[in-house]
Amino acid sequence: MSAAAVLADIDWHVEQQVFFYLIATTQVVAAWRVVTTKNIVHAALYLVVVLAGVAAQFILLGAEFIASTQVLVYIGAVIVLFLFGIMLTQARIGAENDLDQPNRLPAVLTAGLLAILTVSTVIRTFEDVELPDNSRTTTASVSDSIFSDYIIAFEAVSVLLLAALIGAIVVARKD
Amino acid sequence: MELTTTWYLVLGAIIFAIGASGLMIRRNPLVMFMCVELMLNAVNLTFVAFGRELDDLGGQVSVFFVLVVAAAEVVIGLAIIVAIMRHRSGATADDLSVLRG
Repeated sequence: MSAAAVLADIDWHVEQQVFFYLIATTQVVAAWRVVTTKNIVHAALYLVVVLAGVAAQFILLGAEFIASTQVLVYIGAVIVLFLFGIMLTQARIGAENDLDQPNRLPAVLTAGLLAILTVSTVIRTFEDVELPDNSRTTTASVSDSIFSDYIIAFEAVSVLLLAALIGAIVVARKD
Repeated sequence: MELTTTWYLVLGAIIFAIGASGLMIRRNPLVMFMCVELMLNAVNLTFVAFGRELDDLGGQVSVFFVLVVAAAEVVIGLAIIVAIMRHRSGATADDLSVLRG
């Protein structure tokens, strides 16, 4: 029996569940730390944990292309940009007390209400929806989709990236 | 507990709410940007979960576009923040009223 056939025979449900709950807990804790930590560099590094967790969830959902793109773009580029931004703005590297605005209670209440509302709506609407099996999507099918159905959006987005590149140079240039 | 799409959506909703609370609580523009990234990622997670649920590639393609737009947004945002901080270092989001008409 070939390796692929062995892999196809294994029931992945238990593993998927275990890793989903592990990664989900890590993500929520790290996201909470992003919001509460007093050190701006720590916030960026906790954000790495959340983003890597999202990439891992993408792998669990069978979306390999998006997972690798997430690692490359977010962890590879966006976080580095954030760290550069922290250094360029000469933010204090140590703990800081004025990261938060003074009246937190309304914000926490609003966010808590938002969480309760969305979670309860999601649970009520999608109560017994099972994840379909064997729907791993390959990179080839995603690229086929991007370069056929979504080609106009793809071209628009590439122009957007170019505009962002030029705009960033113009805005941040010393003159 | 059987793993259903619901759990992915719940996780996305929780991370989105945490990001939203951070956006409202924080006043350092850089950390506020990080919270926006949290919210974008929460939505990406629901996109992929729905894409798997409906067996549709559109979910993953949407995530791809969100990634690109988020990268562009971070580049522009950081450029603006760096440009502002050059004139007034240590500025918080509350001080940034220079764009007021």
